[in-house]
Amino acid sequence: MTTGADCRVAFADTLIELAANDPRIVAVVNDSVGSSNLRGFRTRFPDRLVNVGIAEQNLVGVSAGLAGAGLMPFTCGASCFLTGRALEQVKADLAYSRHNVKLCGMSSGMAYGELGPTHHSIEDLAWTRAIAGMTVIVPADPIETVQAVRAAAAMAGPVFLRISRMGVPAVHDDAYRFAIGRAAQLRRGDDVTLIATGVLVHRVLEAADALSRDGIEATVLNMATIRPLDREAVVAAARRGPIVTAEEHTVVGGLGSAVAEVVVETHPVRMRMLGVPGVFAPTGSSHFLLEHFGLTASGIATAARDLLRDGR
Amino acid sequence: MVHRARMGHPGGDLSAADILAVLYFHVLRIDPARPDDAGRDRFVLSKGHASASLYATLALRGFFSEDLLTTYMRPLSSLNGHPDRNKVPGVEANTGPLGHGLPIAVGLALGARLTQGTWRTFVLTGDGELQEGSNWEAAMAAGQFGLDGLTLIVDRNRLQQGDTTENTVTLDPLADRLRSFGWAVVEVDGHDVGTLVATFEALPAAAGRPTAIVAQTIKGRGVSFIENRVEWHHRVPTDGEMALALGELRDPS
Ligand SMILES: Cc1ncc(C[n+]2csc(CCOP(=O)(O)OP(=O)(O)O)c2C)c(N)n1
Ligand SMILES: [Mg+2]
Repeated sequence: MTTGADCRVAFADTLIELAANDPRIVAVVNDSVGSSNLRGFRTRFPDRLVNVGIAEQNLVGVSAGLAGAGLMPFTCGASCFLTGRALEQVKADLAYSRHNVKLCGMSSGMAYGELGPTHHSIEDLAWTRAIAGMTVIVPADPIETVQAVRAAAAMAGPVFLRISRMGVPAVHDDAYRFAIGRAAQLRRGDDVTLIATGVLVHRVLEAADALSRDGIEATVLNMATIRPLDREAVVAAARRGPIVTAEEHTVVGGLGSAVAEVVVETHPVRMRMLGVPGVFAPTGSSHFLLEHFGLTASGIATAARDLLRDGR
Repeated sequence: MVHRARMGHPGGDLSAADILAVLYFHVLRIDPARPDDAGRDRFVLSKGHASASLYATLALRGFFSEDLLTTYMRPLSSLNGHPDRNKVPGVEANTGPLGHGLPIAVGLALGARLTQGTWRTFVLTGDGELQEGSNWEAAMAAGQFGLDGLTLIVDRNRLQQGDTTENTVTLDPLADRLRSFGWAVVEVDGHDVGTLVATFEALPAAAGRPTAIVAQTIKGRGVSFIENRVEWHHRVPTDGEMALALGELRDPS
């Protein structure tokens, strides 16, 4: 079992740092000050934290209005409710209206584990990436979280930032430079490309190590931006050979689908899409569920081996 | 259960426990041997985070073995952190996202009318939960349809996840608000079993209107150091706190 840093800490520290220099920044929450790790923000900027209560549709609508007033809301809540409950507000009030709101989906994926499918947010990438004008970012570790928050603030327009509460080890070093829409190549190999996002990136790196011990060399891409997708990186991967995608999300409509959309139109190759296979998860912790669905280093390595064997 | 699972919502479990006990042991016309009986009274726990209280009540009422309670939130257990009607006998709705139970209950009550069913429908919401607009859409519909087979119980413990309800988004005057939506409203002490029983026996509070019982409760009721403390919304007791809590609950003084 891997432990590491909770990306919410890097998120909140960066938000405070940005807010100190940018008076447009406000945090907007739905009774989620604690779960969004914003107590520090509230202490520092008590009048720049807006709590609309347990009311997500209102949360996103109010955020649109605040943006219309010239502010830059960072709107934070559990990802499942922030996206699912307020999806039409996200579409009409943020994306279609092109309002400068940063939606910060906390405890995304299956981070809420035992709290069950109502609290899992494994459809949020499919939902948000289907909407025109949305930028969708999934940081893989605290270093990337810091830069993703800064990049979201630096651009105009709606962004969905998907933040986990699962501890993850660092996959990037301080020299790393995140750019919206650009995949990061973390490893180079010619046999197969493993593309992952968010908390699965470090597991995919471990899978690549395991494959290498068997003489299979993998390229590993961290696809931190789901929309706009780095098409060039996907095409280059397809030209090299088969592709395995891994995401803490349903396999319907997320990273794997986004990659496949590019692959089938440009350079069709065999793919394996790893994720939650279109079911509601059983009871279990986030770590248990990742294992249950084969989203472990060994599960990913096995899928890559199977793909290479079947594909030849 | 929360102590064993290292997770859960003890404050909201305890504020709802007396209401659940009265409903399941006195009010609801239900048969644990036939949980799918078409004519059964329907109870929807809208504040699904109080799952531990619901499961314990269902087990004691005979819907399943008390042994199952030890599996609460364990891998592959049917007792998820939020209730699943397809896995747990006696559960009527898959709640967890707040603001879903009342609309479902309106449908169940309206369904009884449309199918000449004889069941009554009950739904328990939190108070913070009423900040969700969906409740007020459902409340308007229930008033419009004059659903006197529907009873809403509000667990009015005045706390939500991060603060008091009134410091967050005020709900008062709650009874007046509900009345203005066409409801008959009764305010009771949500821990006074006798009053609860009498209130339920007198349903509907007004013919041709849905009834809302605003139950004044104490979040964390029964355990001195949990009562009225917002952090216990989802804190887990240590072993020492657990022993103290059990002592207080066994021997209230
Ligand atoms: C739609 C939605 N938003 C947010 C949450 C997170 N949440 C769970 S419980 C809770 C507080 C509920 O307060 P209240 O309704 O007063 O319940 P109680 O005090 O009885 O525990 C919150 C915000 C949720 N479950 N659903
Ligand atoms: Mg409450």
